[in-house]
Amino acid sequence: MRAAFYPGCTVPVRNLNYELASRRVAEKLGLELVDEPRFQCCGFPMKSLSIEDALTLAGRNLALGGGLGLDLVTLCSACAGTLAEAAHELDRNEELRERVNQRLKGIGLKYEPGRKVFHFVRYLVEEVGWERLEAAVERPLKGFGFVPHYGCHYLKPSEVMERFDDPQRPRTLHRLIELTGARAVEDGRAPGCCGGGLLGSEEELANLLSADRLLAAERAGADGLALICPFCNVMLEGQQKKINKSLELDLRVPIFFLPQLLGLAMGFSPSELGFKLNRIKNKELVEAFEDGT
Amino acid sequence: MSDHPKGPAVLDLDRADLGFSQEVVEAGGGGLRNCYGCGACSAFCPILPKAEGYDPRRLIRLVLLGQRELVLGQPLIWLCSTCYSCQEVCPQQVSFTEISFALKNLAVEAGFLPSGLPAQVDLLSRFGRLYEVGEFENEKRAKLGLPPQESQGGDYRSLLAGLAARLGGAGSRPGPREDKGGGGGS
Repeated sequence: MRAAFYPGCTVPVRNLNYELASRRVAEKLGLELVDEPRFQCCGFPMKSLSIEDALTLAGRNLALGGGLGLDLVTLCSACAGTLAEAAHELDRNEELRERVNQRLKGIGLKYEPGRKVFHFVRYLVEEVGWERLEAAVERPLKGFGFVPHYGCHYLKPSEVMERFDDPQRPRTLHRLIELTGARAVEDGRAPGCCGGGLLGSEEELANLLSADRLLAAERAGADGLALICPFCNVMLEGQQKKINKSLELDLRVPIFFLPQLLGLAMGFSPSELGFKLNRIKNKELVEAFEDGT
Repeated sequence: MSDHPKGPAVLDLDRADLGFSQEVVEAGGGGLRNCYGCGACSAFCPILPKAEGYDPRRLIRLVLLGQRELVLGQPLIWLCSTCYSCQEVCPQQVSFTEISFALKNLAVEAGFLPSGLPAQVDLLSRFGRLYEVGEFENEKRAKLGLPPQESQGGDYRSLLAGLAARLGGAGSRPGPREDKGGGGGS
């Protein structure tokens, strides 16, 4: 099993723990992630300025993936959404495809229809499949409980995402958490928007959205929150201190990338999964699975 | 019940621009005219309870009533977090998130935009990404056994040249709300 690994802007610079854990999990499952050094930004940051320019940047990445003859797998929900939407639009709208290809011609590329884009987690669920996932679990994370945080673009727009999971009452992250042997803790706020899209321009408003999410997770009494997107991470982990300060709260919710938890259950050690880089630690979890060190 | 928090201005039907809704549809806001005003979008919007005056249903109505200046000039159109909750529950297949992007595109053309956005065009043109990947980053990656990444502007400089010129030409007026920075920082 092979897929092109699309890193995006944020993960390869700021979320090395996420990338490391995902690569380990992929390897364990026999999924080869092929690197393409020419991949650049998905185009999402340009969409507010110009929908078609954003789509053209997405088209360039899709064309590169096409050159490899592989589907794209990404760790960022915004990238997954932007690239999947672009493929969806370009495949359906010939005129648009013509215009975009006219521009891509200038840089020696061409988008050919039929490119599929997956969030890494969706790829695990749909392409790797539950059977192989279950078979890879070596030691259950018994006694721990995590709140699944879906965010938005992993699921929506559901038309683009082909409703692979229910956008109102999603289950895939719950099931993956349960697969690790931990409990999926309900906090009544799934899927839940972190506000990340507004951080650059409306920080206070963005913080209010994440504060709701963190408060609910803390009240639910979980050992942490499991997420799958670098923007959600910036908000829920990176901003947690600021949220506490500005809203006079005393939150302490450990934040994990879901593949880190999968990796633990698949037998990797916390250091092999970059747990040192998690900023809000859960010592109990790390100590329970650290070998030797 | 329809006691809306004060918007920045009250609509004026005498100043309706009848071509505005068509303009929004052409800019990517398809489905706009299907709206029958049920308000499901507003009920599921996570921003509405937190930002005074923000209301997707009201914005759609203002567009349909041709309130071009009132809509494009107001800061509210920049508050959509693009979560897509609204369009998932719309019984009329109105894609409010897409309408919202179309409105932002039109606002940019009209010279209204948050001050941080042109800088992102510059970053992508220089590095191909929002964050430059240099030696320091690649050393950190190598220590963890991760393959190196490259940031190259090349292709994006040429693909975004038109947009950069349009933004330069618009004179990038200060945005409706002051950019507080922070987003690109840590």
